[in-house]
Amino acid sequence: MSHHVIGSVLVVGGGIAGMQSALDLANSGYYVYLLEKSPSIGGVMSQLDKTFPTNDCAM
Amino acid sequence: MGLAKRKAIYVQYAQAVPLKYTIDKANCIYFIKKGKCGACKKICPTGAVDFDQKEEIVTLNVGSVILSPGFAPFDPTVFDAYQYAKLPNVVTAMEFERVLSASGPTMGHLVRASDQKEPKKIAWFQCVGSRDMNKCDNSYCSSVCCMYAIKEAVIAKEHAGKDLDCAVFFMDMRTHGKEFERFYTTAKDKHGIRFIRCRVHTINPVAGTDDLEIRYITETGELKTEIFDQIVLSVGLQIKPEIAELAKRLGIELTEGRFCKTETFEPVATSREGIFVCGVFQGPKDIPQAVIDASAAASAAGEILSEARNTLIKHKEAVTETNITGERPRIGVFVCRCGINIAGVVDVPKVAEYAKTLPYVEFTTDNLYSCSQDTQENMAQIIKKERLNRVVVAACTPKTHEPLFQETLTNAGLNKYLFEMANIRNQDSWVHKSNPELATEKAIDLVRMAVAKVALMEPLKEAELEVNQTAVVIGGGIAGMSAAKSLAKQGYETHIIEKGKCLGGQALNIFRTPKGEDIAEKLSGLVDEITKDQKIHVHLDSAITSVDGFVGNFKSTISSNGKNDVLEHGIAIIATGASAFKPSEYNYGKDPRIMTSLELDKKFMEKDPSLKKIDSAVFIQCVGSREPDRLYCSRVCCTHSIDNAIELKKINPDMNVYVLYRDIRTYGEREYLYKKARGMGIIFIRYSVDNKPEVKPEGEKIMVGVTDHILGRRLSLEADIVTLATAVIPNRDEKLANFFKVPVNDDGFFIERHAKLGPSEFATDGVFLCGLAHYPKPIDESIAQGMAAASRAVTLLARKKIHTSGTIAETMPAVCSSCGVCVSICPYSAPSFIEETARFFPGKAQINPVLCKGCGLCVASCRSGAIRLKGFDNDQIFAQIYELSKAV
Repeated sequence: MSHHVIGSVLVVGGGIAGMQSALDLANSGYYVYLLEKSPSIGGVMSQLDKTFPTNDCAM
Repeated sequence: MGLAKRKAIYVQYAQAVPLKYTIDKANCIYFIKKGKCGACKKICPTGAVDFDQKEEIVTLNVGSVILSPGFAPFDPTVFDAYQYAKLPNVVTAMEFERVLSASGPTMGHLVRASDQKEPKKIAWFQCVGSRDMNKCDNSYCSSVCCMYAIKEAVIAKEHAGKDLDCAVFFMDMRTHGKEFERFYTTAKDKHGIRFIRCRVHTINPVAGTDDLEIRYITETGELKTEIFDQIVLSVGLQIKPEIAELAKRLGIELTEGRFCKTETFEPVATSREGIFVCGVFQGPKDIPQAVIDASAAASAAGEILSEARNTLIKHKEAVTETNITGERPRIGVFVCRCGINIAGVVDVPKVAEYAKTLPYVEFTTDNLYSCSQDTQENMAQIIKKERLNRVVVAACTPKTHEPLFQETLTNAGLNKYLFEMANIRNQDSWVHKSNPELATEKAIDLVRMAVAKVALMEPLKEAELEVNQTAVVIGGGIAGMSAAKSLAKQGYETHIIEKGKCLGGQALNIFRTPKGEDIAEKLSGLVDEITKDQKIHVHLDSAITSVDGFVGNFKSTISSNGKNDVLEHGIAIIATGASAFKPSEYNYGKDPRIMTSLELDKKFMEKDPSLKKIDSAVFIQCVGSREPDRLYCSRVCCTHSIDNAIELKKINPDMNVYVLYRDIRTYGEREYLYKKARGMGIIFIRYSVDNKPEVKPEGEKIMVGVTDHILGRRLSLEADIVTLATAVIPNRDEKLANFFKVPVNDDGFFIERHAKLGPSEFATDGVFLCGLAHYPKPIDESIAQGMAAASRAVTLLARKKIHTSGTIAETMPAVCSSCGVCVSICPYSAPSFIEETARFFPGKAQINPVLCKGCGLCVASCRSGAIRLKGFDNDQIFAQIYELSKAV
């Protein structure tokens, strides 16, 4: 029995985790839908100041 | 967050992606007063405002779903004794992050909310909304708050100077992540941040001031009153009710803490097939762990969809590159306003006007946002129409935007290296806000320099190389096996190189998971699957003895029972694991009743009858961890010992079980075990590192002496067994590190590409990392990282061909003196000597374009001036300097 596999993935939530999943999948050959409730992606991390240990701005 | 006002039409922040304005329907006059106002629609030059947009229901057919809906910071309003809603100087940690941030409401100026005064004393309260069943239902630990509080305190001191008094009030300090313990120690010893072990009950306003008074008990039992200018509540992470609703609709099981339920051996699989989970919804976690899970979830989806890979993606049409050889430079200069970021300070039209007067400049213009999609398309049209063959963009930083503009050049048929950026934002308008005239002059100078350089640029070639589609995983423990399994399921031939006689690694020595799953059973299932998989080739009793080549084309020699085989592979995953520390303290090794945690696990696995005869058991935590020589937390031992203590208590409920600890670190939902253990009557006694317990076998019993932190007195415990929770120490492998040119830290763990954003890969292309070799971690996290390393590797393997950079070093062999400085100085081993038998230039240096990263170290150190860095050639740099000299 053959079943049809769809080569696309829906990622729900565009925070750091959702973005990383979406990037990995897109770069591996899958079509990705990234769903985000707010007007821009980035999630909570984009509200942080600096991050340990590099002191890079979280943006 | 309500810290500052914004308009009813807004972008979330300057760097938002996508950078588009949104109407806040709840505050927009048009929507509140039914059609009144509408000024934005009238004023918008591009007609982008559309009040008639309606909600649409879109149906998508997808092969898999990944849930990463995130969390909400806990709302501390319910803690009435903290008066968060009433007292403006009681803030949440998220609000404090915004105050520290340069793009925040105070532009990074540390002031308190009530009177904009610079605080002199700040306190942090830990576990607000975590480890609490009184005011909220969150009995789990949020995992991240201890570390972020320390970070905020350190950064607050950086902002306000060393006189700022920072105090962190905590229950257990949970710095269990990589390099966290060291940071905690530095915060305490170097930055002078005070750590006080107390959960404060009430915050009282000090009458007549905006200050805050608290009372707490010190460790010696003294009651103290202290006044702070500001108090930061370290709020926990929690799952939003609507997400729990969504999970219900999707038929996904949740845990007690409303996180997504997962199993140890399938850490990113939800209870519904084909739906995966990552981020905080999987369990409270920090950024690196979220990034690991995210890649693991991508891998899990890739495993089930691999036959449909590349069926739905769209390929860009390649534009043929225009040959510009022999053409006179025709330069286009695009000056960006960056909204008001640049134009608010720099006179942008003047800069553009000036650029017209420069030699070879044929076209100039200014854009509102050069990076917007329509401007990009427009730029490509202009390049073609004006037959431009060099481009300068005066805008922001090449670090973030160079690739975007280079792509525009490529789309216009121009070699992407015929491009130069002048940073008139970060290095000009942002830093010279108060001096617009001089800022404009500086912008003019920067543009002139860029034009001079770009005129001398030539098209550069990027080497293209095929990526060998075979993978090598070094280490056959649980992380390595998970990586191999994932790679094979995604269609790649994978070799596991294991130095031991069997697969399994440390998991072979562990009794069960904290969730109660039988490890031996699951492990043998996994080993079976690996051995049966046609695409996985297991090499036991084997080691790598040499590695040649580079990303996409490694050639490794595998030595197995005296036999050497050469294996060609495209990528390598390092999963070399760690082992249990064997201590010399606590009389270990002198009495069989004094054992390590793994030795106790062995007794459980063998159902040792002697366990039934025990009346009293003592566990000692942090043996070899969190000490000056090994300044890291081994992460797994608190949970492991508590689970084993519970198991003993189950065997004999009358048994006296003591856990001697320094801080209990049952992070995330592991906290429930700690709670359960206390409920079962297991006694926890805290000791300090400078007053360690003493263990002495005396006749039938072992006497354990420890100073009780509440009584302040030495106790003597009689024990039948003593279990030492010994450190996890990495299998330090300098040779392997050298083979793949990957770094190792002071503790012997490998150093990843980026602590937060690249936890499962190395800075060296094509080499990935997972498991205990990265840092101590439990089985679920090891498996997730194994899958994450596989996912990162697949993104490379899937490309089949990779391009190297064009800005690389090149030798001029005729000038080379064969001194060898470049060969010895290069961190990437790119330079080598041409073979003595070669027909041309024997013994001279050459640079492998694939290995070269274009850092320029060899160029600067070459005493013969025989190396040039393409794209940063001497004449190009000198032209810039010459133009700069005109400025003064």
